[in-house]
Amino acid sequence: MPLQSLRGALRLLLIGFVFTAGIWVQASGTLDELLFYLPDVQFLAIEHLWLTAVSGGLAILVAIPLGIILSRPSMARAAESAMQVLNVGTTIPTLAVLALSMSFLGIGTVPAVFGLFVATLLPITRNTYAGLKGVSAALREAAAGIGMSPLQRLIKVELPNALYVIFAGMRTALTINVGTVPLAFLIGAGGLGELIFTGIDLYDPVMMLAGAIPTALLAIMVDALIATTAFVAVPRGVNPSRA
Amino acid sequence: MIRLDNLTKVFDTPKGAVVAADHINMEVPSGEICILLGPSGCGKTTTLKMINRIIRPTSGKVFINGEDTTGLNTQELRRSIGYVIQQIGLFPNMTIEENIAVVPKLLGWDKARYKARVRELMHMIALEPDAFLKRYPSELSGGQQQRIGVARALAADPPVMLMDEPFGAIDPINRAVIQDEFLKMQQDLRKTIMFVSHDIDEAIKMGDRIAIFRAGKLEQYSSPDDLLADPKDEFIESFLGEDRALKRLNLVKVHDLVSQEVGTVTPDDDLGMALSRMDDFGYHSAIVMVNERHQPVGVIRRSLARTTKGYCRDHFEPLPTVTHLDDDLRKVASLMFAHDMTWLPCVDEGGRLCGHITQRDITHHLGARYRVQQADAITEV
Repeated sequence: MPLQSLRGALRLLLIGFVFTAGIWVQASGTLDELLFYLPDVQFLAIEHLWLTAVSGGLAILVAIPLGIILSRPSMARAAESAMQVLNVGTTIPTLAVLALSMSFLGIGTVPAVFGLFVATLLPITRNTYAGLKGVSAALREAAAGIGMSPLQRLIKVELPNALYVIFAGMRTALTINVGTVPLAFLIGAGGLGELIFTGIDLYDPVMMLAGAIPTALLAIMVDALIATTAFVAVPRGVNPSRA
Repeated sequence: MIRLDNLTKVFDTPKGAVVAADHINMEVPSGEICILLGPSGCGKTTTLKMINRIIRPTSGKVFINGEDTTGLNTQELRRSIGYVIQQIGLFPNMTIEENIAVVPKLLGWDKARYKARVRELMHMIALEPDAFLKRYPSELSGGQQQRIGVARALAADPPVMLMDEPFGAIDPINRAVIQDEFLKMQQDLRKTIMFVSHDIDEAIKMGDRIAIFRAGKLEQYSSPDDLLADPKDEFIESFLGEDRALKRLNLVKVHDLVSQEVGTVTPDDDLGMALSRMDDFGYHSAIVMVNERHQPVGVIRRSLARTTKGYCRDHFEPLPTVTHLDDDLRKVASLMFAHDMTWLPCVDEGGRLCGHITQRDITHHLGARYRVQQADAITEV
């Protein structure tokens, strides 16, 4: 009971805060200034999403098969080393990855997509691998014992049971991807980073916000989109959010 | 029929080669349940899993219905063998219906055929199809899940089934119920079954034959009664337990040793008649009184008949309990102990008296095999 009243109070506080912020934004004229950037935001948001779609899409296309291959029993020995390499890979900051890819591929969209691709690859591979490895030995034995071929086992039993974990990986990876795209501006790839970094350079907070707020909204949107897809796509029997 | 011919498995471990199954030779006749029994690590599960190649044999052959399975495609072989495991292994991503229909679908049955088959199986395992088919395994109790596991193994009507401690993870009360249900199904289905267990009581209850394993070797392979009456060596004796003679009580039914001839009195007989009947039949303590439909209604005590005059209907005592022809001796012995009686009347399905069974009959029956052995031993000397 006290917890519920606390949550109620917090919710009221939040609504009050948003309302006050809205009044301030309107009264100070910031809203009009932000709306001034609307055409730029529209154009850059599409560019932003396009970068995410291409780099994230490629990452999914590579990461899931890679995770599947690594999870095969015949790969067991190689898989651990491969996962180590990928883990070390994540510790490299995305900015460094972008800088590295720029020094090989030059300036523009291609190195940016490549850098984002590398940064997105790992969480998806890791979750695919972990999800498939997490399918219980009993299930795999049952699937084998009733006469499924290795491919049938993968498609009918292992993947459906790992799907929730795989989707969780995609959700994390793509949300981070959207949040990382602004850095791509630094190597000349466009996106909402253009407003953010230019705003910082010009010491123009409104311009920066005009980039930052839509970036945050896009990240939330992408997250919600994948969560919804997972809700629908993962079979009810193995979907904790539909249990 | 399942026949194992010199089936051997050697595991290469860092500590050297371990022989998990050492030249196993055995045959399970069609329609029988063979229990593979032994302590953990004895090779019983390895032997079972070599039949459907979950574990690849190092050497040796498996014959099913006379056919050497060595040349068969692994997937096709497995689809022709029902497989039930302890962890049940229902696919949580599939509904109950999809789970049961997995093998028929793999075999390419059309939809109408496998749907009808699923319903048939649900009736067989006594679960209401409409209530369960669209649900997921996680929504079922453990006992219900393993019933579905058995149904899934039976779906394509395989002649042979392998069961790896199928009821091991189910609580004792439900386990007994499922075992009984399964035995009842087996009476109609007559599958050839290999069944791994580490529970001697389960083995005696379920098995037509029991194979005892120890350290990768098949030590003894015989019917439960032979096994309990005549264990081959001390290891098997100790594995069966000191009360192994009592365990044989489970295996013998009342109708195997009920006395056909039974003396009775009717309510209209007088007590003198009762006393002379007791003398005629050699009853020391009492005689049963039956009604006009030959149903036992009471007993006349010898002590009472000797000292009192009158009609039986005025002097009988109620009958504490009766046994049925299909009861096993364990139940009979338990009833005797509970009611402090040395004999019990036995009734048929109609409740009519058809004989009686005494403690002496039971001990005589169980002891018969040992006396034969002792006699043999003496003549050998």
